[in-house]
Amino acid sequence: MRIGVVTFPGSLDDRDAARAVRIAGGEPVALWHGDDDIKNVDAVILPGGFSYGDYLRCGAIARFSPVMTAIIEKAHEGMPVLGICNGFQILCESHLLPGALIRNDHQHFICRDQTLRIEDVSSAWTSSYTLGQEIVVPLKNGEGGFVADDATLDQLEGDGRVIARYVGMNPNGSRRDIAGIRNERGNVVGLMPHPEHAVEALTGPTTDGLGFFASVLTSLAGSR
Amino acid sequence: MIDTVGRAQETPDQTQPFAELGLKPDEYQRIREILGRRPTSSELAMYSVMWSEHCSYKSSKVHLRQFGDKKPPTDALLVGIGENAGVVDIGDGWAVTFKVESHNHPSYVEPYQGAATGVGGIVRDILSMGARPIAVMDPLRFGPLDAPDTRRVLPGIVAGVGGYGNCLGLPNIGGEVVFDPTYLGNPLVNALCIGAMKHEDIHLASAKGVGNLVVLYGARTGGDGIGGVSVLASETFSEGGPTKRPSVQVGDPFMEKLLIEATLEVLHAGLVEGIQDLGGAGISCATSELASNGEGGMHVWLDRVLLRDPTLSPEEILMSESQERMCAIVRPENLDAFLARCAKWDVEAVVIGEVTDTGHLTIDWHGQRIVDVPPRTVAHEGPVYERPLARPAWQDTLQADDASTLPRPQTAQELQSTLLNLVGSPNLASKSWVTSQYDRYVLGNTVLAQPEDSGMVRVDEVTGRGVAVSTDCNGRFAKLDPYAGAQLALAESYRNVATTGAEPLAVTNCLNFGSPEDPAVMWQFSEAVRGLADGCLQLGIPVTGGNVSFYNQTGDIAILPTPVVGVLGVIDNVTRRTPMAWGTAGTIMLLGSTRAEFSGSEWAHHVHGHLGGLPPLVDLEAERSLARVLIDGAREGAIRAAHDVADGGVQQALVEMALRSDSGAKIVVAGDPFTFLCSESAARAIVVTDDEAAVRERAAAHGVECTVVGTVTGGPTLEFAGLFDVSLEELRSVHEATIPAALA
Amino acid sequence: MARVVVDVMLKPEILDPQGRAVQGALGRLGLTGVANVRQGKQFVIDLDGTLDADRSATLERLAAELLSNPVIEDYRLTVVEG
Repeated sequence: MRIGVVTFPGSLDDRDAARAVRIAGGEPVALWHGDDDIKNVDAVILPGGFSYGDYLRCGAIARFSPVMTAIIEKAHEGMPVLGICNGFQILCESHLLPGALIRNDHQHFICRDQTLRIEDVSSAWTSSYTLGQEIVVPLKNGEGGFVADDATLDQLEGDGRVIARYVGMNPNGSRRDIAGIRNERGNVVGLMPHPEHAVEALTGPTTDGLGFFASVLTSLAGSR
Repeated sequence: MIDTVGRAQETPDQTQPFAELGLKPDEYQRIREILGRRPTSSELAMYSVMWSEHCSYKSSKVHLRQFGDKKPPTDALLVGIGENAGVVDIGDGWAVTFKVESHNHPSYVEPYQGAATGVGGIVRDILSMGARPIAVMDPLRFGPLDAPDTRRVLPGIVAGVGGYGNCLGLPNIGGEVVFDPTYLGNPLVNALCIGAMKHEDIHLASAKGVGNLVVLYGARTGGDGIGGVSVLASETFSEGGPTKRPSVQVGDPFMEKLLIEATLEVLHAGLVEGIQDLGGAGISCATSELASNGEGGMHVWLDRVLLRDPTLSPEEILMSESQERMCAIVRPENLDAFLARCAKWDVEAVVIGEVTDTGHLTIDWHGQRIVDVPPRTVAHEGPVYERPLARPAWQDTLQADDASTLPRPQTAQELQSTLLNLVGSPNLASKSWVTSQYDRYVLGNTVLAQPEDSGMVRVDEVTGRGVAVSTDCNGRFAKLDPYAGAQLALAESYRNVATTGAEPLAVTNCLNFGSPEDPAVMWQFSEAVRGLADGCLQLGIPVTGGNVSFYNQTGDIAILPTPVVGVLGVIDNVTRRTPMAWGTAGTIMLLGSTRAEFSGSEWAHHVHGHLGGLPPLVDLEAERSLARVLIDGAREGAIRAAHDVADGGVQQALVEMALRSDSGAKIVVAGDPFTFLCSESAARAIVVTDDEAAVRERAAAHGVECTVVGTVTGGPTLEFAGLFDVSLEELRSVHEATIPAALA
Repeated sequence: MARVVVDVMLKPEILDPQGRAVQGALGRLGLTGVANVRQGKQFVIDLDGTLDADRSATLERLAAELLSNPVIEDYRLTVVEG
């Protein structure tokens, strides 16, 4: 399975996402923001970082890149897309996901090992977890507060589209402790914490993050 | 009217504002002698900036020579002192470069930008050696935690370090946070960066090859920090606060990220003959250094520099310290490819000059010659001062005032409350309020990060080869005895690297001192440098580069002499590293000898406000032997966890290990309890093992004293048998509350 | 020459921690009775030529799509000149 990992100017965790794909057994394919050809990949990861320096708003400029045109089109057709941190911000700015991410309520950048509870396993990126499973993955952001109006939040909850929630402490002021959400179809997932940093016992707090990458490989295999 | 070389020749008696630019009358005369005429205003600007203390090291050169003179023989050094950063061979064809620099005064004036641009500057230094930056660390020092000005500078500095480093995608893996009254008004922001590359990627800052092009690329040039270098670093702050506000440099980490990627691409594509970053003194420095190191000649068309502010005069362009700029020497046939790579990353680049064989650096402004100088005289032959030095009159009295006379805790109750008091004291409390603002995970190769003894990153993902770095300095010890204090800083850093299982290889340093015009400070400096040079020779690890920051004083009060030492070590396979966490079982042993040494200790400082006596005994042979036991123990698996004993003594080390592991222990106190718990004797470490015999044997083989001091229990308390216990919950709450509460 | 100013503010219901921090600072620095502070952005856009209907429409669209995020922000576009 070929999983595209996009590099925007300022992307930082692209290599780490590629490593995670490799460890999970997939083949990472580097995609450049300026190309509109996404090389027939089976899925796409929008990695963490500070694309365009977070200028204007996080992800606001990246969302208009040539590569995003193809990705948005394929996402509407069902291609799995995972947005991690800055990637989540880009997905919201692109309107592939509802809501927006704003500055952490406590005003500081925070890096911590965060416990999450997986609350939906129907998405392409969470199918290898069990419902209610608690995992620990690194979180590192300054603009990680997920917000949306009450109607949208109620709909997300009602439709089971919250895929992960913060447990123990809310590190950024996200409404309803939401750490990640999916679209209706379940192929597009946005997640604030960084599963790609929890794939090796040597460098991460756990290897709990591997499940995101394993899930998509299984989902893709299943849909063949 | 432009002040050209021709005009300078015609108007020899024109008065020039050399004093306002920081030059002394004799220095100005020397420039006139070098040129055979008066300098043009552009030349005056160049000399004034390049001959400032910060750029020319005029007060420190005569002392720093010792690092070269006393260099221990070593095969590992690939590039030594004199280049942007030293480079060491770590095996398997890999090389690592590292360096620490200061950005103290700008951080007092504008904390966020001062700290941010400090990070930016050191990263560019590493980049200009041909390395990919792979990690950063930041030793920070502030006034008292409860001082209003600390609340002004600390959050901004931490936010700046994090803001810039996080945006570059560099994990912050270590550093220090230290509080002392002498840093109030003079916070110290030292920034360290580590880079890795293959041997063949090493590049030097030289302009060779007549006809090769000088390309300036990166951010446009604006009015940032004009005069910042010479004005700020050559002047102490007068009482009353930061009234002096020259234009401070403002950083753009996104631009630097693009610069890193573009630079690595052009380097790996073989498109670059020489490279230099633009830091203090901007274009003046880059052009004169490149020319001086190369063929000796360069011609520059200054009007081709891309400007952010079109109103800048040539003098201002030459002095500008706009960030995120680099200078590359490129063969004409490679220019198009070079420009294309820059364009890919949206990095502007322009040819501003060419290498010549004239032996002169000539600069034209719209066809008129405004600079014609021998570059060596600007970049390398600046003034060399032999500043007077004198051991302070109060040094003997200070050393006689030993801490052994201070009243000590005697009863179990008193010992327990002393422990809790110290664990929660600003210097010993948890620094996670600071460190959680730094990304430690990016790049996915961080194996150990604060609060571990050293920061360790994997360099080779296939073999697991990695490097470890620690930075340390106890300024109080250095005040009591600068020679010993510098050696203790070296010893602690060396010990921290060995504790994690890495083999120390090389040293960098950031020497932070008061005014060099004060003979007492100059004495402290010369003693510290002598101590460090002697120590490096004895330990067999060379100084590869470093930085000096003078003028850290407000009025008459200089900071504690603060020679920060960074040691870098290599480990064959990072999976064999030794962390602090001791698990839920195991034998706890103390390696090394303990004496009743409390002078300069955290206990004397925090409990009694006392500083006096002599620092702990320095025994570098004992440090070498201890390091051997720690490194071999890691490699063989006999040592499962370890922590060095330093500030706060054995009790602090045990508390930190217990909290890190969330697992208690039962400790058997040997000898006098207070000495056991709070002495700060050097050359000691706590190790945890499942094979006591193996550790004993190793220790005996190297003549290292070795005592079992307890067992890991996995329970909820830290028990000092026969004396007192304290719950991990209470320890944690005391340890973690102090800094957040002060900064809320 | 034409000049257009676009002011972008967070919607009133969105948490504005920066505005709140500024409010605290104003109080500490001696300004009493500060009821509220909101922090926003202003874009000053200078254009060659004049602002015809086409360009106006494009500007309006970009103000709504790029310069502001309609999920969390409101914008106001003012033509200053031309």
